[in-house]
Amino acid sequence: MSSREAILGAIRQNRPAGAYPLPSLPDFAPLVGPDLVAEFADRLKRMGGRVAEAEPGRDPLAPVRERLAAARVVASAVPEVQGNRDLAQVENPADLADVDVAVVRAVFGVAETGSVLFTQDELRVNAVAYLAQHLIVLLDPQDILVNIQAAYRRPDFAGAAYAVLHTGPSATADIEGVLIHGAQGVRSLTVVLMPRT
Amino acid sequence: MSEPDDLRVHDGASQRGGLIHPDVRQPSDESERGQDGGRLQHAEAASQPISAAPKAARTREPQPRGAKVKGNRPIDQAEAAERFIAAPLHLKAHDERLWDLRKKRDTVAHGIPEWEALRELASQIKAHTLSNLDRYLEEFEANAKANGVHVHWAADGAEHNRIVHGILKDHGARTLIKSKSMLTEECGFRHYMAAQGIEIIETDLGERIQQLDNEDPSHVVCPAVHKTRLDVAEVFARTLGTDPENDDIHYLAESQRETTRPHILTADAGMTGCNFAIAETGTVVTCTNEGNADLSGNVPKLQIHSIGIEKLIPRIEHLGVFIRLLSRSALGSPITQYTSHFRGPRKGTEMHMVLVDNGRSARLGMEEFWTSLKCIRCGACMNTCPVYRRSGGLSYGATYSGPIGLIIDPTFNKRKYSTLPFSSTMNGSCTNVCPVKINIHEQIFAWRKVLAEEHEIPLVKKGMMKAAGQVLSRPAAYRAAIGAADSALRVLPRFAVYNPVNTWGRGREMPHTPRQSFHAWYRQNRMKADKTGGEA
Repeated sequence: MSSREAILGAIRQNRPAGAYPLPSLPDFAPLVGPDLVAEFADRLKRMGGRVAEAEPGRDPLAPVRERLAAARVVASAVPEVQGNRDLAQVENPADLADVDVAVVRAVFGVAETGSVLFTQDELRVNAVAYLAQHLIVLLDPQDILVNIQAAYRRPDFAGAAYAVLHTGPSATADIEGVLIHGAQGVRSLTVVLMPRT
Repeated sequence: MSEPDDLRVHDGASQRGGLIHPDVRQPSDESERGQDGGRLQHAEAASQPISAAPKAARTREPQPRGAKVKGNRPIDQAEAAERFIAAPLHLKAHDERLWDLRKKRDTVAHGIPEWEALRELASQIKAHTLSNLDRYLEEFEANAKANGVHVHWAADGAEHNRIVHGILKDHGARTLIKSKSMLTEECGFRHYMAAQGIEIIETDLGERIQQLDNEDPSHVVCPAVHKTRLDVAEVFARTLGTDPENDDIHYLAESQRETTRPHILTADAGMTGCNFAIAETGTVVTCTNEGNADLSGNVPKLQIHSIGIEKLIPRIEHLGVFIRLLSRSALGSPITQYTSHFRGPRKGTEMHMVLVDNGRSARLGMEEFWTSLKCIRCGACMNTCPVYRRSGGLSYGATYSGPIGLIIDPTFNKRKYSTLPFSSTMNGSCTNVCPVKINIHEQIFAWRKVLAEEHEIPLVKKGMMKAAGQVLSRPAAYRAAIGAADSALRVLPRFAVYNPVNTWGRGREMPHTPRQSFHAWYRQNRMKADKTGGEA
């Protein structure tokens, strides 16, 4: 007998007595106020993320221009930013180890937690969101969902080979509880609120 | 404090020995600051500086080591705990750090009106899934296969290791990077692979520290929480060649990053564990803070996900319930930095999933203990446990420590872990904080009965059974203990810790004289068992 059959057989034999119906999930009231952009920004900042806020009418990318200009290698997955590393040409993800700044667009944001979602379509090469030193994320203010429950009602999770919620940068406090950004992945995550073109 | 302007360009090459570390922080508080200048406490960060000792007065206190494991002989947790207590700097830092996580957990839990409803839902979803586990596993397997994933089944840890080794051999893979996984700890994965000549690199900072120190993780979420910065500096100096005099935590963490990165870039294979496996889509979900699981799953050409079969949940919508509970319970953060959903292979790569039983299907048949399979490994029960906080995870000499360990470990080996269910004050706090509502303290007591009946209890523990009987046979006192536990745990540890029910408190205080004899207690409880269970 294969292990598969042995395991399934043991489970059937040991099934707990009693009925345990699957509960239906209620609609939980949002924990955030009506200004989703402000709520999102507030929570993202508490999770170590940054929000680049340009003055109205100005170039939304202005707050990150300096960083982009100073970077030797920029890998951009968005038309709004011109990079110098073409993600379409990357054969081995490890080749992205020298990327200073990666720029990607989020599918959506989540106000409850300050999270942004990417799938392999936004990232082009998944590893770029972790191997880069810094991550700049474009997010359309219209794409901010109210909470995690709303996020998991979106079709992206069932369709994508890889989907990931980022909530701030890579972090650790494994030594004495001292918080450090850039544990293994990006050292900073900055969200630029910028409508889709 | 420098300007809180993280958008500026950092040229860190010249700072702190070549590290990119922009802010000069107060020596008393090295934590990252947010965009608004405020001190951040997300991820597993402490809400206030916690150090083993004031910097000026730091003395080197050798790290207390864990339980002395001698084959199949019962673990003497109390002996290891005594050595932990004898290291006051470690004890204080450990106790404060975990209690801080517990307080952070309370704060965020109280911020959500539906917290209790979420716990109840999570518990019901898990009960439903576990009672239909065969069906959900088959659904998961079918969907994963449809996604192009290779699915394997392992009856035990040894088979898991053999399967993974086989996959690696087929690809000529000699190196594997992995993220933290309690399941692979259960399987003795690293030891097995070392014997096969496969190089395994742990990529989580805490887990890497433990790997380099040849020690097991002491906590399911914070593997090196029992170590001070001085301990880590010593380990890294010995193994990574860092400056032994430099115990700057930013330097230590950066050294780990810089020495691990080459392994990540060149590894032949990557592996992750699994927090949740979704039957509906065949997805493996990992919840991490460092991004190392995503590196393990997204850089090498071959990726392997090891999944305990109890990790199944039916549908994506249920994930919302668990994601909202997990990090809040574990760390007091609303979510982990990364919540990653691996469903199918990248182009040109191969993806394997290994479904591992290793005692779980047998546990499903244990009437009093099957609900322990609901556990989502958040560690909240450990953080709140006065015994755990004051004895360290390694004192349990088992893969799982703390309250959840007391009820899981004996299912792996009744003799070796026969003493563990006595390392509890029965204060019930673990049950109160459990996000999936496992009745942990009741199961601890039930294990004591089982082990007594099966004569797995050494003589010294039988003495403690008397004391257990005393407290537990007085419902009012017992309820009072439970009711007061939440507020009393921190300020009144004497009752909780120095009482005769507790293995760990033994020898430090004169035991109370039991009012009820062991035989009376035993008869009474056996009679109860006879009535309900019909056991001989």
